[in-house]
Amino acid sequence: MNIIEVEELSRNFGQLVAVDRVSFQVAEGEIFGFLGPNGAGKTTTINMLCTLLTPTSGRAMVNGYDVVRQRSEVRRSIGLVFQEPTLDEYLTAEQNLRFHAYAYKIPKEIREKRISELLELVELSDRRKSKVRTFSGGMKRRLEISRGLLHSPRVLFLDEPTLGLDPQTRRHIWDHILAVRKQNNLTIFLTTHYMDEAENSDRISIIDHGHIIALDAPDKLKDALGGDVVMLKAEDNNAAALELKERYGLSSVIQNGTITFSVPQGEKFLPKLMDSFQSRLLSIGIRRPTLDDVFLKLTGRAIRDEEAGSKEQMKGRRMRRGHGR
Amino acid sequence: MTDVFRGMWVVGYRELLRFIQERSRLFSSFAMPLLFLVIFGAGFNRIIGAMTPGVDFIQFMYPGIIAMTVLMNSVMSGLSVVWDREFGFLKEILVAPLGRSGIVLGKAAGSAAVAVVQGIIMLVLAPLLGVSLSPMLIIKLIPTLIIISLSLSGLGVLIASRMRSQQGFGIIIQLIIFPLIFLSGIFFPVNNVPTWMAFISKINPLTYGVDAIRQLFLGKEIAAMGGAMGQAGSAIGVTVLGHTMTILEDMLIVAIFGVVLLSLAAWSFSKQE
Repeated sequence: MNIIEVEELSRNFGQLVAVDRVSFQVAEGEIFGFLGPNGAGKTTTINMLCTLLTPTSGRAMVNGYDVVRQRSEVRRSIGLVFQEPTLDEYLTAEQNLRFHAYAYKIPKEIREKRISELLELVELSDRRKSKVRTFSGGMKRRLEISRGLLHSPRVLFLDEPTLGLDPQTRRHIWDHILAVRKQNNLTIFLTTHYMDEAENSDRISIIDHGHIIALDAPDKLKDALGGDVVMLKAEDNNAAALELKERYGLSSVIQNGTITFSVPQGEKFLPKLMDSFQSRLLSIGIRRPTLDDVFLKLTGRAIRDEEAGSKEQMKGRRMRRGHGR
Repeated sequence: MTDVFRGMWVVGYRELLRFIQERSRLFSSFAMPLLFLVIFGAGFNRIIGAMTPGVDFIQFMYPGIIAMTVLMNSVMSGLSVVWDREFGFLKEILVAPLGRSGIVLGKAAGSAAVAVVQGIIMLVLAPLLGVSLSPMLIIKLIPTLIIISLSLSGLGVLIASRMRSQQGFGIIIQLIIFPLIFLSGIFFPVNNVPTWMAFISKINPLTYGVDAIRQLFLGKEIAAMGGAMGQAGSAIGVTVLGHTMTILEDMLIVAIFGVVLLSLAAWSFSKQE
């Protein structure tokens, strides 16, 4: 059964077409990775799926409900963890969860029990009466995840759930996410800039310029690159790239002073290349493809650039905040 | 419909929770009105006494100051919408299965409850200023404060519904709030003023709120004074088309303003994306 069905979904902002006739399905219980460069239409799509934004055209169903005509039902079916924090920092952890429980009409009999269970799950039981203001970034995220699960949603939307957190905290949060998913046969709709996190997905879709340009299991996407990834540094990268194109018919990408391209059976290709290559080489390397390569190949941008971009944004936001208060 | 009702009480509940935990809001609503009461009261009492026969200027001003506290508090409830947007919590509210108009009503209801608490705290000043209190007065004051507060919160949330930043909200509020305060009859009766000023005062909802509270506190004095002057309190009361407004008429006008403002706010709020 498909828990999310999207057909020809579009959204314009004035002249700009942010999402252009996008179609895809997400199966129940799946972790669906939704990747793309900033401004590719990721957030716009998520906002339409969670009823915050009305589509210009097309249709989307979540848990069998139409996102335009059955907003309340869709909202009850989904849990959300947004990129930016959405907690009331002046209330305690418990009060934030209780507010959510009231808003989603969780019956009194199970409310307190569920709040305790979820706080236990994200290891915040001992801080339930502390104001959220005093929490670290990782704790806030964990609290938001537990809040998103409080009303037992069918789909959990995680929009950059670990943005700006240190690696240890990120792993910790992922342990929680995967544990929760197992328990409840929960569907997870994920956006992230961390490729290791995207690897957790059953299927990955890559969106760029409002179009879905790839949709498959991570391994299949990597296989589709065609073999191994070769990284070259030459004295003149541009000349070397041209030579690769003309002599071997290989299209490559130059990123941070390194030429990257894929070939089937890289270990056999390298000796051939060494023999006859005209440009002077400085270094050469070979490895199995990663999702980063897939992303780079399909969008022409490395996902890490995006990550840096987002971090800058975060910093900007924090500074504004500090100023505002 | 249940979504709207639940939205109202959930949001109202949080407003109260925040109010209890964040005492600064209590004081920020009091600060300006008290400043006006003390400074204007001390500065103008002797000079202006003649303008308001039968009562001290400070006694004349005191009910208006209570109305002003309600106004400041309603502005704060608008500001809290902008805060919630900036700090992200508004998103949690907007994606919940709550009716948008309920969210607006919840903000207004929370602010009305706070207004009642503040109004009652302000009563502490009454004996100091020589204004007499009675249980009946307090009983009548509570619904009056609630209606005025709901109505003015409609204005606050209406302005806030499309504001993205506190700075923007601050500028608009400065442009609106000072004319509202100065042309509401808090500091001088709105009858003995130039026609244009009287006109603006009479389309100002706060004018009727001030008048209602003033009649509650100074009804006897106003009547006595009116008797002495041969006409029913028109030196202080608000006259519209030659008719001096009663408390009920005042409140009816405030309520009509309130319905219009809250409807506009709910509409504007539900249209946002």
